[in-house]
Amino acid sequence: MRVTKRRCPLSDSTTAVQTSVHEDVHRPELLHHFANPEQQRDSASLGMWIFLATEVMFFGGLFCAYLIYRIWYYADFAAASKSINAALGGTNTAVLICSSLTVVLAIWAAEQSRRALMLAMLALTMFFGLCFLGIKGVEYHDKFVEHHVPGPTFSFEHEQIPGHPGQYANPQHAEIFFALYFIMTGLHALHMIVGLGIFTWLFVMAWKGRFTPEYHTPLEIGGLYWHFVDIIWIYLFPLLYLIDRHP
Amino acid sequence: MATTTIAPAERENYLNKEYGLGSWLLTTDHKRIALLYLISITFFFFIGGFFALLIRLELLTPAGDLVQADTYNKLFTQHGQVMVFFFLIPSIPAVLGNFLVPMMIGAKDLAFPRINLLSWYLYIIGGALMIHAMLTGGVDTGWTFYTPFSTAFSNTKVIEAGLAIFIAGFSSILTGLNFIVTIHRMRAPGMTWSRLPLFIWAHYATSIIQILGTPVIAITLVLVVAERALHLGIFDPKLGGDPLLFQHLFWFYSHPAVYIMILPSMGVVSEIIACFARKRIFGYTFVAISSLSIAVFGFLVWAHHMFVAGISVYAALVFSLLSYSVAVPSAVKVFNWTATLYKGSIHYDAPMLYAFGFLGLFTIGGLTGLFLACLGVDMHVHDTYFVIAHFHYIMVGGALMGYLGGMHFWWPKISGKLYPEGWARLAALIVFIGFNLTFFPQFILGYLGMPRRYYQYPGEFQVLNVLSTAGATVLGVGYLLPMIYFLWSMRYGKPAPDNPWNAAGLEWQTQSPPTTFNFEKEPVVTWEAYNYDEIDAGHKEEVPVVG
Amino acid sequence: MSVHATSSPLKTYFAVWVTLLIGTLLTYEVAKIDLGVFNSAVALTIACIKALLVALFFMHLRHASEKLLKVIVISTLFFLFILLSLSMADYATRGGGGHASLLLPHITALIRS
Repeated sequence: MRVTKRRCPLSDSTTAVQTSVHEDVHRPELLHHFANPEQQRDSASLGMWIFLATEVMFFGGLFCAYLIYRIWYYADFAAASKSINAALGGTNTAVLICSSLTVVLAIWAAEQSRRALMLAMLALTMFFGLCFLGIKGVEYHDKFVEHHVPGPTFSFEHEQIPGHPGQYANPQHAEIFFALYFIMTGLHALHMIVGLGIFTWLFVMAWKGRFTPEYHTPLEIGGLYWHFVDIIWIYLFPLLYLIDRHP
Repeated sequence: MATTTIAPAERENYLNKEYGLGSWLLTTDHKRIALLYLISITFFFFIGGFFALLIRLELLTPAGDLVQADTYNKLFTQHGQVMVFFFLIPSIPAVLGNFLVPMMIGAKDLAFPRINLLSWYLYIIGGALMIHAMLTGGVDTGWTFYTPFSTAFSNTKVIEAGLAIFIAGFSSILTGLNFIVTIHRMRAPGMTWSRLPLFIWAHYATSIIQILGTPVIAITLVLVVAERALHLGIFDPKLGGDPLLFQHLFWFYSHPAVYIMILPSMGVVSEIIACFARKRIFGYTFVAISSLSIAVFGFLVWAHHMFVAGISVYAALVFSLLSYSVAVPSAVKVFNWTATLYKGSIHYDAPMLYAFGFLGLFTIGGLTGLFLACLGVDMHVHDTYFVIAHFHYIMVGGALMGYLGGMHFWWPKISGKLYPEGWARLAALIVFIGFNLTFFPQFILGYLGMPRRYYQYPGEFQVLNVLSTAGATVLGVGYLLPMIYFLWSMRYGKPAPDNPWNAAGLEWQTQSPPTTFNFEKEPVVTWEAYNYDEIDAGHKEEVPVVG
Repeated sequence: MSVHATSSPLKTYFAVWVTLLIGTLLTYEVAKIDLGVFNSAVALTIACIKALLVALFFMHLRHASEKLLKVIVISTLFFLFILLSLSMADYATRGGGGHASLLLPHITALIRS
């Protein structure tokens, strides 16, 4: 066991106690209860992954409800699904995928000490996020105008069941689709808004020069969150928009 | 044997380091946050206990004569909600876990101290919302919020209560997250997984459940609130919804939640039994693995709460089988604790009395769970007092006894004072007697058919109900006593040595009460857990000094 | 020992990005073809591949130096699977009522035989 004089002595026992003279200098980002920057970064990363696990289960309950009603009311759900705009949904999927790319590029830029690129990628990420929300807004507006928002104004009369001419969807069951549609995409949008807030803060930190190749943990864990939000949408798109798109 | 020096009165410690409300409300010291939780959950325990008192008073007579039916509905609902979400679930993890987890692994604090403080604030906000809901109309749906009554028919503060629990749920999630990261990343050198105290294993398993289960009830409550506010039909059969979907989603969390309540208590019991039998826990590995098994299996059994609700008989069969299997790891623990006692050098201090109480009462509670897991039996005793007795044996006879035992065991460390041992043993005895008098008659009542959540009952059940209420009074006295003498000891108690029990564990290597950063020097662990043979043989187990 | 995941080189990022976009287009177009019950299967399979790519390459799970993160992801997905499948065990085997039960006819046939 190495005997070392350190001001922040505690460390993870799974790692051999390795400290360098370099780490004896208090770094401003190193929080007091951590032994070294690696422990802090690994803790932050693990913490974010666990948080994402909770988010998976959070959305998971909605997926469970959706799964059951989609099987029960397949025809009605198909009719309802056809009335939402798959082109916009698909575009949004592409938008988020691009935003995930810009996130990893921002982190790469930080590792390469390329400040301008990092800032540009962060800004682009937020731009894509805003595009997503804008398109979502258009979709929600369309639903509002068509009286497909659940509640007292809801109306879904005489909507054909796809592939069954002459058969009409049950409005009550369609309303369940729209309830789940709004709750699932609404919750997702809420997470996007939080993500935009996080990235605004990351942009400010980056602007102030806080990120270096050695320390850009907030970018990494912010990125993890953003990718997760992207993954949720990757599932929402086919499940909600593409039930039955046969012409 | 650890050196036991009586501390001079004013050694600097985490309590006297800083004074003032701000230093407490803005603290990031895990020990201070633990005390903040201690005060808060004790407050909610009183509230939940108050509702219990009213319930038992009403049930003294067969007629519904103390309160109206609607009021009674609110009493048992709020008793359940407060006790489950605002007392039991936080209790051991947020108080003892917060205090001890960093110390037991040799760390200065949890991985995320500020998130720890946020956890407490979320708990307080949720609690405040709950109290507001109770004061401005109450909730009458049962703590289980079954739909469509809760979403379409109840005229009470369902939305507010749902939001309160939603917020408190995030407190629970963040605590679990903090513990998992801390246990993985912040162990002192030499503190390998197989040297961890079983208390840590128990909290690790608990944290897994908190992480994976709580979000599901969170989203379920969101759906209930949305349905109620917007008149949706997700759970309403009249609008095409399925009430059983709510129950599936609700119980997917709420069954593992009971393991959140019992696992930490099991961790406490392991620590106490090892110390007061002066022996390493028999089958350490089995006990550690059984904690994880309980966490995993606990997620597979939730529909045993729904056997008579209308699920398919085939699903019921599957869940019944799985429910039998979840008893196995719990039984493994009971056998191992018993084996630890065998040929141990047993000391009957108050913490040990609580541990003994736990062993017996948890076993009874667990065995009666098997009765309930049996489909044929459950048909008859579901929604009767048999179920109530079953879960109170586990939650009160088990979890709460463990909590009290742990509070006594670690009180000298937490407060730097010794509690009066005589009074503590008396209180433990009173709790044990009061508890059995309260809840054993309820097994019989349930078997005889008395339904739960009813404020009136046939005359022939009165004797048992009166016994139960009498027991509740005794139990109440048993709970008041520790509150009184713990408070008394803070002012007048003898100063505690650093290790009054000569216990194993890194937390006992610190001063009583500990300093803010716990350890003067970083511990380096070279010994196995529960090395009581070495301790009692007089080997100096001082922490080897590094640096 | 540094456990910091090294970034994948840029080529990988762009390759994954293009694959994700192609996958999206594919999902959209295949949905227009009538594959009966396999439409959902195809769409979900592509979604899973996309999610996997994001997790492995964008979230650096591939290069995570310890197994812990992968264990967390797999465990979470496992418990989500439990929620979905054991709930379906109920819904798929309910008789009576007006709702389609996928498995019940098969189960009763099995029991009767």
